[in-house]
Amino acid sequence: MHEMSLTEKIYRLVLTEAKAHGAERVTKITISIGELSGVAADSVEFYFRMLAKGTMAQDAILEFNRVSARLFCIYCEKEFNKVARDFFCPDCGNLGRLTAKGQECTIESIEVD
Amino acid sequence: MEIKIAQDLFENEAKLADANKERMKQRGLMAVNIMGTPGAGKTAIIKNTARLLKIPMSVIEGDPASSIDTDLLKTIGIPAYQINTEGICHLEAKMVAKALDEFEVPPRSILFIENVGNLICTASYPLGEALRIVVVGASEGDDKPFKYPDIFQTANAVILNKMDLQAAVDFNLERFYKGIQSLHNKLPVFEVSCKTGKGMESWVNWLAVQVATFWAR
Repeated sequence: MHEMSLTEKIYRLVLTEAKAHGAERVTKITISIGELSGVAADSVEFYFRMLAKGTMAQDAILEFNRVSARLFCIYCEKEFNKVARDFFCPDCGNLGRLTAKGQECTIESIEVD
Repeated sequence: MEIKIAQDLFENEAKLADANKERMKQRGLMAVNIMGTPGAGKTAIIKNTARLLKIPMSVIEGDPASSIDTDLLKTIGIPAYQINTEGICHLEAKMVAKALDEFEVPPRSILFIENVGNLICTASYPLGEALRIVVVGASEGDDKPFKYPDIFQTANAVILNKMDLQAAVDFNLERFYKGIQSLHNKLPVFEVSCKTGKGMESWVNWLAVQVATFWAR
């Protein structure tokens, strides 16, 4: 969701960082996407290819790390890993709260020449 | 050569929201982000609150298109400013910042920010609000907290509107509360009917206390 404006941010940030380090080409971009962030990696890839065409980042490989969500049960007072399609605490069955882990979209690093 | 960046792309939204928050605080504006499904009754809640609570209030309206809500509010004497998001499914902090540049809001008043009808994206975009209210209608089903935990867990209060329809739509209150209570130890839930007026007093009294507390800080 909202991948167009998100990818524009990625593109601008990558180019700024690459230029700041005097690079000529961006060869790789590593991005972490939380499973609950609503961000679709293939949409990011699609928009990035459009934006980067003819620029120093046009051949950059986009590597996506998927970050599993951690939820928090307010009754058991502990975090648990979210399993597929299920937000319920494995110990008491109550609905878990979202934590920051699993909602992020982070540019981790880039590789340049 | 590897360049470490470690930049969360959603971080900037929080910064923009904080800037709005500070700006509104300086003017004594208590911003209330009203979120909820399309048609849950967000505008009706604002309309009825204005009728019952004798505190100056203004509204920033967010919709993908039209000025229907803004026109309605202005007709009943509530200053309102329309943001048309042109298809974007939520309000963002920078849209609110622009509205604050253009909309004259009297200091020491309540500023309702009626968000785009949407239970998903609105939860992820802080606007700089002092209060987050989620409005859902009984006709939407009692399972909303289970399906949309994010927006419910970040709410300061929930308004359950259209209670006059509860029996007609088989809304199971116990199930609804089970979902809410899984996410919160104590979250005020106001069961209301904008149509009949039932329950509105409790909501308005609670809001009045929040406003007083906000201005006392």
